[in-house]
Amino acid sequence: MSVLVDANTKVLVQGITGKHGQFHTEQMLAYGTQVVAGVTPGKGGQKAVGVPVFNTVADAVEATGAEVSVIYVPAAFCADAILESADGGVRLIVAITEHIPVLDMAKVQAILKDKDVRLIGPNCPGIITPTGDNKGCKIGIMPGYIHKPGRVGVVSRSGTLTYEAVWQLTCEGLGQSTCIGIGGDPINGTNFVDCLELFEQDEATEGVIMIGEIGGTAEEEAAAFIKAKMSKPVVGFIAGLTAPPGKRMGHAGAIISGGKGTATEKIAALKEAGVHVSESPSLLGATMKKVLG
Amino acid sequence: MKIHEYQAKEVLARFGVPVPSGKIAETPEEAKAAFEALGKPLAVVKAQIHAGGRGKAGGVKLVRSADEAYEAAKEILGKVLVTHQTGPGGKKVEKVWVEEGSDIARELYVAVTVDRKRQCAVMMASQEGGMEIEEVAAKTPEKIYYEPILPGFGLQPYQARELAFKLGLSGAAFKNGIKVLTKLSQCFTALDCSIAEINPLVVTGDEQVIALDGKMNFDGNGLFRHPELMEYRDLSEEDPKEVEASKYGLNYIALDGNIGCMVNGAGLAMATMDIIKAHGGMPANFLDVGGSATKEQVAGAFKILISDPHVQAILVNIFGGIAKCDVIAQGVVDAAKEVSLDRPLVVRLEGTNVEKGRAILEESGLALATAKSLDEAAEKAVAAAKGGAA
Repeated sequence: MSVLVDANTKVLVQGITGKHGQFHTEQMLAYGTQVVAGVTPGKGGQKAVGVPVFNTVADAVEATGAEVSVIYVPAAFCADAILESADGGVRLIVAITEHIPVLDMAKVQAILKDKDVRLIGPNCPGIITPTGDNKGCKIGIMPGYIHKPGRVGVVSRSGTLTYEAVWQLTCEGLGQSTCIGIGGDPINGTNFVDCLELFEQDEATEGVIMIGEIGGTAEEEAAAFIKAKMSKPVVGFIAGLTAPPGKRMGHAGAIISGGKGTATEKIAALKEAGVHVSESPSLLGATMKKVLG
Repeated sequence: MKIHEYQAKEVLARFGVPVPSGKIAETPEEAKAAFEALGKPLAVVKAQIHAGGRGKAGGVKLVRSADEAYEAAKEILGKVLVTHQTGPGGKKVEKVWVEEGSDIARELYVAVTVDRKRQCAVMMASQEGGMEIEEVAAKTPEKIYYEPILPGFGLQPYQARELAFKLGLSGAAFKNGIKVLTKLSQCFTALDCSIAEINPLVVTGDEQVIALDGKMNFDGNGLFRHPELMEYRDLSEEDPKEVEASKYGLNYIALDGNIGCMVNGAGLAMATMDIIKAHGGMPANFLDVGGSATKEQVAGAFKILISDPHVQAILVNIFGGIAKCDVIAQGVVDAAKEVSLDRPLVVRLEGTNVEKGRAILEESGLALATAKSLDEAAEKAVAAAKGGAA
């Protein structure tokens, strides 16, 4: 079992003929992901990395039954690509692209909130469910081989720091059920609470590692959810304890955050909710091992 | 990207927000001439730096004659202002803005920024404009009013009216205020701002509503849509190492410690800084070489670290995903040879092509220490920076 994606998930790639799209499609296929279609406007009818290319997401979905879209298009076109996917009939959109203007994401979220589709990202490594040795459903850019099927769900705002946690879980022999990178942008599609809820319901997941960062209040909201609704143990880490208070300008940032968002406050909120907060990023796996026994 | 007050006022004026007349001056003579050109009995000489809190730090002076303007500019220009927004190093004043005095009846606050929680831009306003607005927000949050700006639709007239009523505006000032709020919201959205703040927004004796100050930041990711804004960039306000890093597409922030860090990914970079501190050291910088670093980027990053005289030891921590360890290792080796590395170097590689990467380091003949885990890497770097063996 797993959350959101598994070995049978059919995936389409938006931007499959671009440099990144092509490279990562190869990597996803090599890991065993069922990439059934690609989309590049104007290149319909061609093939890329052996995968049929369509002009539109709607065409690709109709012809192949793809249910998840992964996006590698450049930032300037990413909001449009997300909206096309949302309209094209997929149930899950994974936006890998970084540097999307934040007001573009505000528009995307205003439209997506009324649709029955989930967005993961943008600016994230993606989502992966390992099902075997260097094999499974990998939708994104994470190195596949560091994962191993197992008992722990991982949700993280960071990319490479997630790999760190995943590798520790693999080395400890615990493995992962599903790993979700929700991305580090100020406005994103899926938050910690969404993922914690999914992991709480997933039978294969026995515990969750949650990796947060300074800024925003997503971790504080996660803490409130964990306290009220989670029965499974959560191990947490917040990056940025030593980050200096930013050289900033104007007061608006401080006012909108209500003085929240520092690592100290987030750690306190998580501890108060019963989360096992790892003081060091190198102890995430060991802490989970101790907690799960 | 941050811009100066005088530039923000230029932008606001372009969108129809009334601002006082003023002139920029880089010398006391220019300030004197500016006062004369304004031809008003009263003017304000304001330091132009990329930070708030200038008034309290002595960067704003009221002047009543051309000679006073000269003296005020002489005092402010070249001074290093330290405010709660500059960081402890402060900012040196290179320019002053000489502006006509205004007949201030009331000081309000208004700003637009992105609210992560509401997932859209939000306008914030308060009757308590002026220097203590953050304190107002912390102690009496009910005195700050919020209106979300609906993406694609903008601030609606009823929202502007609601804020204007809450700001206690009436008569001509009510109408003028609504206009300012609407134009500010349009400016924010049209230019991909991340912050657009007017503090204070002033109501004058004759019921005009004008921007007495202006702070504007732009979303770096949106700048490609507004190439004309790039002329506002002031490189002298930025750390030279940060400017250099931006040329290579690297995310670099200078800090006060002595351990230079090079990491891939912002979260891992912050975690690396945290673990250095946990082992008793201090990071000299935050440096994220990005998810798909090239050999050139790595070499560029390495040279920036070396160029910092405070750096006593260097820690490279890479978890290769997209970025391959062998590419990173080659970049480090090339750069270290090119600059004839004279400080201890600790390298920790993990992830994609890690064996190839480690082999490249070993065969390089460089005097470097390797580490297998984050902990070991941090420990070695801290010891090396303190003068022990790496």
